[in-house]
Amino acid sequence: MFLLPKSICLAYGERSNSIQIRISDHPVQAPVRRIDLLIPLDKDAIAHVSDRLSKSTIIIGDREKFDTDREVVDVSFSNMAKEIGNIIFANTIAVGLLLGLTEGDIKEGKQFLKNYFTLKKKEEFIPDNIRALEKGFQEATRLVKEKHIDPDKFLHMKKSKEIKDDLLINGAEAIGFGAIAGGCNFISSYPMSPSTGVLVFLSQHAHEFDIISEQAEDEISAVNMAIGAWYAGARAMVTTSGGGLALMTEGISLAGMVESPMVIHLAQRPGPATGLPTRTEQGDLQLALYAGHGEFPRIILAPGQIEEAYEVTQKAFYLADKYQVPVFILTDQYTMDSYYNVKEFSVPEGKIDRFIIKTDADYQRYSLDTDNGITPRGIPNHGEGLVRADSDEHDENGLITEDMEVRIKMMEKRNSKLNDFKKEAFAPNLLGPKDYRVLCVGWGSTYHVIKEALDKLNIPDAALLHFKQVYPVPEESIKYLRKAKQIISIENNYNGQFAQLLEISTGISIETKILKYNGLPFYSDELAEEINHAISEKGGQK
Amino acid sequence: MTKIKQFEIEQVKTAWCPGCGNFMILKALQQALKELSLKPQQVVIVSGIGQAAKTPHYLNVNMFNGLHGRALPPATAIKACNPELTVIAEGGDGDMYGEGGNHFLHTIRRNPNITHLVHNNMVYGLTKGQASPTSEFGFKTPVQTDGVISEPVNPLALAISMGASFVARVFCGDTKKTADIIKKAIQHSGYALVDIFQPCVTFNKVNTFKWFKEHTYDLEDHDSHDRNQALKRAMEKEKLPLGIFYQNEDKNPFEQQLSVHENKKTPFIMRELNRQKLKELLKSKQS
Ligand SMILES: Cc1ncc(C[n+]2csc(CCOP(=O)(O)OP(=O)(O)O)c2C)c(N)n1
Ligand code: SF4
Ligand SMILES: [Mg+2]
Repeated sequence: MFLLPKSICLAYGERSNSIQIRISDHPVQAPVRRIDLLIPLDKDAIAHVSDRLSKSTIIIGDREKFDTDREVVDVSFSNMAKEIGNIIFANTIAVGLLLGLTEGDIKEGKQFLKNYFTLKKKEEFIPDNIRALEKGFQEATRLVKEKHIDPDKFLHMKKSKEIKDDLLINGAEAIGFGAIAGGCNFISSYPMSPSTGVLVFLSQHAHEFDIISEQAEDEISAVNMAIGAWYAGARAMVTTSGGGLALMTEGISLAGMVESPMVIHLAQRPGPATGLPTRTEQGDLQLALYAGHGEFPRIILAPGQIEEAYEVTQKAFYLADKYQVPVFILTDQYTMDSYYNVKEFSVPEGKIDRFIIKTDADYQRYSLDTDNGITPRGIPNHGEGLVRADSDEHDENGLITEDMEVRIKMMEKRNSKLNDFKKEAFAPNLLGPKDYRVLCVGWGSTYHVIKEALDKLNIPDAALLHFKQVYPVPEESIKYLRKAKQIISIENNYNGQFAQLLEISTGISIETKILKYNGLPFYSDELAEEINHAISEKGGQK
Repeated sequence: MTKIKQFEIEQVKTAWCPGCGNFMILKALQQALKELSLKPQQVVIVSGIGQAAKTPHYLNVNMFNGLHGRALPPATAIKACNPELTVIAEGGDGDMYGEGGNHFLHTIRRNPNITHLVHNNMVYGLTKGQASPTSEFGFKTPVQTDGVISEPVNPLALAISMGASFVARVFCGDTKKTADIIKKAIQHSGYALVDIFQPCVTFNKVNTFKWFKEHTYDLEDHDSHDRNQALKRAMEKEKLPLGIFYQNEDKNPFEQQLSVHENKKTPFIMRELNRQKLKELLKSKQS
């Protein structure tokens, strides 16, 4: 099952909010353009998705509400909801209907509602919602019995016991779980869609996991607080979107200079400026890459799957701490808000590596006596030494200096810190035949949709190369890119920012690009057509 | 007995002009730290950028010298993570009231138990003499060639009106009193602002030592627990009062209200991840 709710926020002038659900008897993790069944609840909903309807789309709704030539199977959601007491129950009725049409188990549906509202401490909503669910379920039976709907069209789904223990979570929760598993105990942030889910998640679990969560007055404060927290010995992160990251850039540079670990979750949304606050894009890769003046190393990770969001976030804290560099986790609205079922996550065993030392009286925070540029990190009042962090160019003791020889040594020290990182970098993931001619390149949230598009096309010599570490560009990239006859870069942005980065890093330029920047994620059916078109146009040539 | 030596760095070369008021503030701060018998390892001075913000470089303490205007957020976070530390945020008037003005407001609201020292020379020293938020109306500079046409901020009145829990002003020319009030500010539980009048001998030829001497007087017969009185005295313009304007010991500091410090057995930064709880939380997401 795959779920993609459009964020609900009327303040931004959204008229129709929708949720797309994809149900299948094999795992699905990407949206499609095609709509099989539409349940429009408000007047504008049909118009909103009209270009995605086909002859075979079934529409079920309050027929009199819609001014359309299309056939609408009449179910009076509004009246039924009002009978229960509030128009809002139309949602639960629709869920009941769907459950009935897909031959789901009403008992489990009821149990879900009970659990859901109990967890939210809103037990008083349970009875009415259960009635709504039952009403919808009965409507489904009626529609089939009265032959308004042909059950063979999409019913009779095979039930699977295998997924019984799967988790159903979204990207924001996966990042939150990853942070906790990575030892995060401090988050300071300023709300900004679509990044806020992570702040909310960690705040809600702050008591259980001993986390300090602070809503800062602005993103500048947020990032500076987080660096202060690392300095004092915590494991801190910030979560933000493009506009907030723009405000954090000086702080990111500070982390570079004081050699502070830092974890920055950047959930992208379409810009420039306020852009489309509740939509998706991969438009801020270059912002993350260049954020912060001066030269200092960084790592940028971009999970492609919910499992990877958990994995890389956990790893981000380890890497930031070990290498004393800022680590970015790049996601987007699509990742944040979409849900699908995943196998249970493993929880790390043993103590978390902290990379903090007890200092001696002669401790020097920026000692040059190191062969990999990394000086062991002390924290205040842990040992006999003093810990001096300085945003000015500094000597080994953290004191301000203008000595040019020291400057040169410190620049070389800071910029060599990732030399050893190669050994534990995330290699790109190759899916498909090893002897490919066509290589589709993707990064971050497009993993599943490209994979599914290629599966649909079933072209024997086409493969996907997916990057969850986008910077430093993994060493293996060159080898993979060189082997391809045609490379197709697929990105949710206008310029093909990752293709540009690959070219800078490998010297290989990618001419074929499939780019989408209307604010929506790729759909696998639509993408399959585009890939097919791109291959035939170039005949599989570069 | 801790010797004052303990907070001094030997053979330190400062970047300050001879005769600068910063030397006196440095001395007063060393004196205050000494009198409090603190260990250098326990003290963290967080500063921004400016001449004033260089002060921790000349002291034997832990230092977080961050960005221009941004000392208060890390200071708040450091105290929140390790309440055992004595945390002081230090910088100039431009740093704290201009670039960092928003943090000033919100730090007062949070009320962390930190000490906020602002070297107020009514000018931007480091960048060579432009107007600062506290420069007087009409103050001429190479940028404000016709004189400043904005009203100066009144940091004390602002802080008192926002409910800051300790608000004081001193003149660094009186090192003894400066040290004494800094000491009281550090001892105060909660956010403590000390605005320190400091002559800049190079770029402020108006507000000189002499000017400060002539335009200030010591607050006497003042009840520092009376907020309305404090505000009134902070608004005085003819002659500027010095001393503790306001203090309120009843406010609970920010970090004391954080749930993480309810359990005092293991210090916050030394705790381990609770794996069992994580497993349970993951289980609750089973579909
Ligand atoms: C973001 C940023 N903007 C500007 C500066 C340049 N700058 C450094 S200190 C300063 C003002 C100094 O004035 P003040 O804070 O009053 O300190 P003083 O030197 O007078 O002690 C400025 C504008 C900077 N370092 N960073
Ligand atoms: S410029 Fe002014 S504030 Fe700066 S060191 Fe010189 S006298 Fe002091
Ligand atoms: Mg100044």
